[in-house]
Amino acid sequence: MGKSIKINKGLDIRMVGEAEKVTVSPDGVDTIVIKPTDFHFLAPKCLVNPGDEVKAGTPLFYSKKHPEVKFCSPVSGEVVEVVRGEKRRLMSIKILADKETRYLDVQVPSLETASKEEIISTLCENGLWAYIKQRPFDVIANPRVAPKGIFISAFDSNPLAPDLDFALQGYGPEFQKGIDVLAKLAPVHITAHTEKTKSDVFLKAANAQIHTINGPHPSGNVGVQIHHIDPINKGEVAWTVNAQDVAIIGRLFTEKKYNAIRVVAITGSEVNRRRYAKVITGTPLKALLQDNINTTHPVRIISGNVLTGTQESMDGYLGFYDNQVTVIPEGYEPQFFGWILPGFGKFSMSKTFFSWLTPSKKYTLNTSLNGEERAFVVTGEYEKVFPMNIYPVYLLKAILANDIEKMEELGIYEVAPEDFALCEFVCTSKIQTQAIVRQGLDTLMIETE
Amino acid sequence: MKALRNFMEKKLEPNFKEGGKLHKFWPLYDGFATFLFVPGHVTHKGVHVRDSIDLKRTMSMVIIAMIPALIFGIYNTGYQHFLALGEQAGFGQAFCYGLLKVLPIIVVSYGVGLGIEFLFCIIKKHSISEGYLVSGMLIPLILPADIPLWMVALAAAFAVVIGKEIFGGTGMNILNVALVARAFLFFAYPTYMSGDVWVSMKGEHRKGYEITEAAKADVLVDGYTGSTLLGQTANAEFNGTFKNVAGEDITNSVFSDAFFGFIPGSIGETSTLAILIGAFILIVTGVGSWRIIISTFTGAYLMGLLFNLVAGDNLYMAVPAHYHLVLGGLAFGAVFMATDPVSAAQTNIGKVIYGLGIGVLAVLIRVINPAYPEGVMLAILFFNVMAPVIDYFVVQSNINKRVKRFKLATNGTK
Repeated sequence: MGKSIKINKGLDIRMVGEAEKVTVSPDGVDTIVIKPTDFHFLAPKCLVNPGDEVKAGTPLFYSKKHPEVKFCSPVSGEVVEVVRGEKRRLMSIKILADKETRYLDVQVPSLETASKEEIISTLCENGLWAYIKQRPFDVIANPRVAPKGIFISAFDSNPLAPDLDFALQGYGPEFQKGIDVLAKLAPVHITAHTEKTKSDVFLKAANAQIHTINGPHPSGNVGVQIHHIDPINKGEVAWTVNAQDVAIIGRLFTEKKYNAIRVVAITGSEVNRRRYAKVITGTPLKALLQDNINTTHPVRIISGNVLTGTQESMDGYLGFYDNQVTVIPEGYEPQFFGWILPGFGKFSMSKTFFSWLTPSKKYTLNTSLNGEERAFVVTGEYEKVFPMNIYPVYLLKAILANDIEKMEELGIYEVAPEDFALCEFVCTSKIQTQAIVRQGLDTLMIETE
Repeated sequence: MKALRNFMEKKLEPNFKEGGKLHKFWPLYDGFATFLFVPGHVTHKGVHVRDSIDLKRTMSMVIIAMIPALIFGIYNTGYQHFLALGEQAGFGQAFCYGLLKVLPIIVVSYGVGLGIEFLFCIIKKHSISEGYLVSGMLIPLILPADIPLWMVALAAAFAVVIGKEIFGGTGMNILNVALVARAFLFFAYPTYMSGDVWVSMKGEHRKGYEITEAAKADVLVDGYTGSTLLGQTANAEFNGTFKNVAGEDITNSVFSDAFFGFIPGSIGETSTLAILIGAFILIVTGVGSWRIIISTFTGAYLMGLLFNLVAGDNLYMAVPAHYHLVLGGLAFGAVFMATDPVSAAQTNIGKVIYGLGIGVLAVLIRVINPAYPEGVMLAILFFNVMAPVIDYFVVQSNINKRVKRFKLATNGTK
């Protein structure tokens, strides 16, 4: 039996715009884009040129540091564009997709007899290693370092997040296969929500330890779960995989091909038809949002959720790890004496706005900063949304002071930027905590190499 | 409103922008513009949506919480005045008298403090922070109503420059800014901050800070005393009885008088009830730390109890413990001063220790040191200085746990 965890700290941001539980298969996916920039700290080496023909599963680029880790095309077709940025950094690769996807045949070892090394090399070779990330540092896992466990969150607690029970409906066998594969590498831990998770895909998964957690966001963040199940010490490594990506890994072994299909929630107050869409990694956002968003005022299109997602335009593409697209209004006009109005319609964790009298109301949040950046003044605020035994402000200050020893002592190995997203959301002083944490992790990553 | 904004954006703003002839004063313009309108800035990096709260909102909550204490303070200034003169005065009359006394102090405090703050922002090219909105109101509330205005100006200037700006502005100060102002006056002009100064007099009744003999003989009631109740307890002649301004024995009603605030003292500190209304607002909105407020009261009460136990025939030690909570500045200090997040302890455990420490020390100073009938100011300032040390130990214990866990893991004994 796994652990049963209860957290009280945290905050569910109540937004308008959840997706209806209907799955559509969008057409008009004629190009897809793979962006090496989705993989933090990756130095890619490109393997294709414009004009090359690729199949689904053909490597597009690999990691210079770990050349065995390859990144493959999810579709077949012609490479039409290789975009490079400053210093010839590889930014993105665009592929004109065939109508019928042709897959590269994959040789997979039998799970019963395969060694760890064989499985790792199969995953690396076929572009699936990218789905396995590691703590510390929140980057693609180093295949040469054995982890103490592989952690999977069975639910997503972010604002408007997709219901993973629903997203994995019908993909149970593939998910289980994925778990079987991962269990060959390290003990697998799945954490389910006591109320939200109902699917047997998670609750009855074999070859894994099932834990339960109860509480508001960030209970679905795998970092929080690891912290309560088996916290990471200096020198230790834990791997994390998104639930849907486990199914993609499983598919490699059941279908013997790289089939990066996933179900993505189209959410946000500015989307007209909010649904789930079955798409391939790197899908153009246009296919999901064309004629589907409110055009009366400027909107922000986000690949991912409102806390950790990436700003994209209508011509952008779905991020590699993203299960969700969110469209919200851009910030409205300045508000006259806004700081003193009663604020019935304003969402806030604090009770300084009367909106706390309506605890179940959902809000249309826009991108307004709602204030200006200031020094740290208010204390105890981050602690209310940070369910780890870590002092968030002290850790942030250690990072700002570039004090490596203090960062280690204060627990930087246990956190990822996403764990600080709520701190950033509630911050009175509007400090960009996620960027600070990222900076600290990068410093340590360079230091420990 | 749209017209006003258009005017500001189109006509005013270009002058202050880069290249405009008033560019130097950009922080000033920005300060006023963001005061009028919550700016329409949008998120660029990191999270795409933000909580509605900002520092202006937080600070205005503190000011709203101070309003009951302020209004009662204004009334009480008049009430004590007429009581000393032996005159009957209605609420309106007392309030108007108090307003005439208190309003100029508030104006001077804000004028001087904000003026200096603006100057620093222009020189250092910072945007104007909201910290002084609260400090500027706190300073008048912890001064006697008869304080000369030039002293208010001097104290506000000292507090902003030495208390805050030399450390880098709002968020960086070590001591509570308003208490720095009071401490400055307390040590620089002690005669204006103790003794007979707590009841407001007309100008001709005072010579310097002292009440003139003529006034004592002609206008004041017989037996007049201008000292606070704590001042009376610290007096060598204290015999366990309390007197009001008119010299009448109020020993029986002293707790309720002090709780409701009909006693002499600094403008905002007298009414525990009004302060508790403020505390309620701060705690409900989450702006003030309930841990600090409650632990400060607890610390003071426990220390009072301890003194009661060992009192013997020392009358001051025998003053009932709960009196300490309503007398003097303890309630005001606990609710509005100790809770200043910048100068208080920052960890939740640290906040409790910090509050207990303030309560204990404040009563200790009151009772043991006859030179200081009131110890709250010094207790808070002392713990402002100690707060980082308290936090250091709290954080260190968290670090130690992590180090221990690490050692267990590496020894394989886990």
